[in-house]
Amino acid sequence: MANTDKQVNELIKREYEHGFVTEIEADTFEPGLNEDVIRRLSAIKNEPEFMLEWRLKAYRRWLEMDEPDWAHVDFPKVDYNAISYYSAPKKKEDMPQSLDDVDPELLKTYEKLGIPLHERERLAGVAVDAVFDSVSVATTFKEPLEKAGVIFCPISEAVQKYPELVQKYLGSVVPAGDNYFAALNSAVFSDGSFVYIPKGVRCPLELSTYFRINAANTGQFERTLIVADDDSYVSYLEGCTAPMRDENQLHAAVVELVVLDNAQIKYSTVQNWYPGDENGKGGIYNFVTKRAACIGNNSKVSWTQVETGSAITWKYPSCVLRGDNSVGEFYSVALTHNFQQADTGTKMIHMGKNTSSTIISKGISAGRSSNAYRGLVKFGPTAEGARNFTQCDSLLIGDRCAAHTFPYIESKNKSAIVEHEATTSKVSDEQMFLCRQRGIDPEQAVSMIVNGFCKEVFKELPMEFAVEAGKLLEVSLEGSVG
Amino acid sequence: MLSIKNLHASVEGKEILKGINLEIKAGEVHAIMGPNGSGKSTLSQVLAGNEAFEVTDGEVLLNGENLLEQETEERAREGIFLAFQYPVEIPGVSNLQFLRTAVNAMRKHRGEEEMNAAEFMKLAKEVSKQVDLDPAFLKRGVNEGFSGGEKKRNEIMQALLLQPQLAILDETDSGLDIDALKVVSDGVNALRSDDRAILMVTHYQRLLNHIVPDHVHVLAGGRIIKSGGRELALELEERGYGWLGIKDADEATPAS
Repeated sequence: MANTDKQVNELIKREYEHGFVTEIEADTFEPGLNEDVIRRLSAIKNEPEFMLEWRLKAYRRWLEMDEPDWAHVDFPKVDYNAISYYSAPKKKEDMPQSLDDVDPELLKTYEKLGIPLHERERLAGVAVDAVFDSVSVATTFKEPLEKAGVIFCPISEAVQKYPELVQKYLGSVVPAGDNYFAALNSAVFSDGSFVYIPKGVRCPLELSTYFRINAANTGQFERTLIVADDDSYVSYLEGCTAPMRDENQLHAAVVELVVLDNAQIKYSTVQNWYPGDENGKGGIYNFVTKRAACIGNNSKVSWTQVETGSAITWKYPSCVLRGDNSVGEFYSVALTHNFQQADTGTKMIHMGKNTSSTIISKGISAGRSSNAYRGLVKFGPTAEGARNFTQCDSLLIGDRCAAHTFPYIESKNKSAIVEHEATTSKVSDEQMFLCRQRGIDPEQAVSMIVNGFCKEVFKELPMEFAVEAGKLLEVSLEGSVG
Repeated sequence: MLSIKNLHASVEGKEILKGINLEIKAGEVHAIMGPNGSGKSTLSQVLAGNEAFEVTDGEVLLNGENLLEQETEERAREGIFLAFQYPVEIPGVSNLQFLRTAVNAMRKHRGEEEMNAAEFMKLAKEVSKQVDLDPAFLKRGVNEGFSGGEKKRNEIMQALLLQPQLAILDETDSGLDIDALKVVSDGVNALRSDDRAILMVTHYQRLLNHIVPDHVHVLAGGRIIKSGGRELALELEERGYGWLGIKDADEATPAS
């Protein structure tokens, strides 16, 4: 493996491209967390009383909870009082009325990230909500969405404008006391996106959010809530980056999806938070709770994720399949290298009749990293005729990394059908020799092999994201003919 | 074109090639025969640049350039092609993508424009027919689930696409039934040209009925112990290797 190792090491040693810090005036809270901080946060956001009460309740729950330690990850204890719970770019005047009002420094940041908002608007037709540290900076493409009746705005705005929708659905999928990080998020979330697709509407654009942690010692606790009403459809994309910093930064997000009768949500993530340096210093702790409730009959949710960043990832996008015939899908590529640790997977909770779920997980480990798939497939007593198919594949690059698979299956219904397949393979010297003997650069060969390994997942991504994912793994997409 | 002088090579500290001398000119077809473990496959692998083998002495020149100093991919771009005895699978990477990447790597090296997907598809379809492979194979993963014969035909298809200067065929006849042998041989014969050389490594004479060599060499114990024309191969078939004083093949150490 020595030769392959060398080539692979060259490839994975690439520096983190998004590691710049933007010099921007910011209003930042002093580090520390107590009820006062939450009251101040809520006051800044001008929140209605119900929101503050909700936060405080979550905070009190959180105080009684213990940080979970069951995941296959290892990290020093987080000091939650050393984190600042609010950081907002200082506004020159009041609220930005349009993109022209947005701080040019900020816009430059987005350009460095490869998301020129202006261009996106025109060329790609993607509506972008960009969350910078704690607040939503600009939401593009509002008009055509409004015409279709689609609500896509910062969640802080939704709290003001659509309190009844927020109150009805917030925490309905991930209750405040669900887990340690969800409780923390519920107490201190500063912003995020809110989407509502009305009955019968197929969202005319792909909606997109970019998250970025910029300020030092801040945590990012965004909250996303998407509601797809009867017979509606939406595809939602999410991208993340952070600057390089020696200290670890905390990211504890919550994403809730509510899917009603015959509705469908496609949720895609390319997560590229700073993973730490070659020696494992710095990087984001990515502790995220993502869950979808397929409440309606014939509803469908697809989670697709490409996870290449973060020092530690702890994330299990899940589906609660309550409606009859509802469908849950999870497609995941998780790449770890250097000292990265990932414990990621999904939960498929079958409750409705004839519900079905598919799990395709591709773990790639390189360097000294550790990559674990953890998945739960559960069939309740009412899940008559339900079925699941799970496929977990691990690819090892080099001989100092690790891959683990922890599948859990619980069935309380005899008619349920579960299939599980798992493989572990290596990028072999023979594969490398074949590619190089055909004149292909070693780097390109590794990319091609890894890309081939991930193919089943990449084809689930929207085209634009597939390109980004491909680039992330340093691969070029296959030609359109093939 | 290719000049091998006193080539010594070992794998895991064990010397396999013990002083190979061989001259191959453009337009020629050479066959290397020998019992198992004589070093035939090692010679192919060393020429192609497999880093699992260590060259301990000697030199190899390709058109006057020192081949041994070049990386595997550089040798490939200079026109060395190896048809593998056991082609490895690359799951999920379509044959088409793999081949186009290879062809474009060569074109780029020669300063030519890369072929786009549509152009390449057309070319690949034509060539696949030449070796009797259904174009549907192009969409399948590289060697994924191919039968032994399909893998060998796929290798020859690659040679036809890449148009090498020197094609090294490592036991290309092994595992082929008589029909597949014919198809593969036709493919190899189509490669024959005045500016290209072919080096065939084979255990059996039967391939040489289809691809008639200009020179035949017998490799044993890591050295070429006899060279001749086509008649040497026929003699070997009739008399075996014993008359050349070669030990029984089973006693020899298998090469990689």
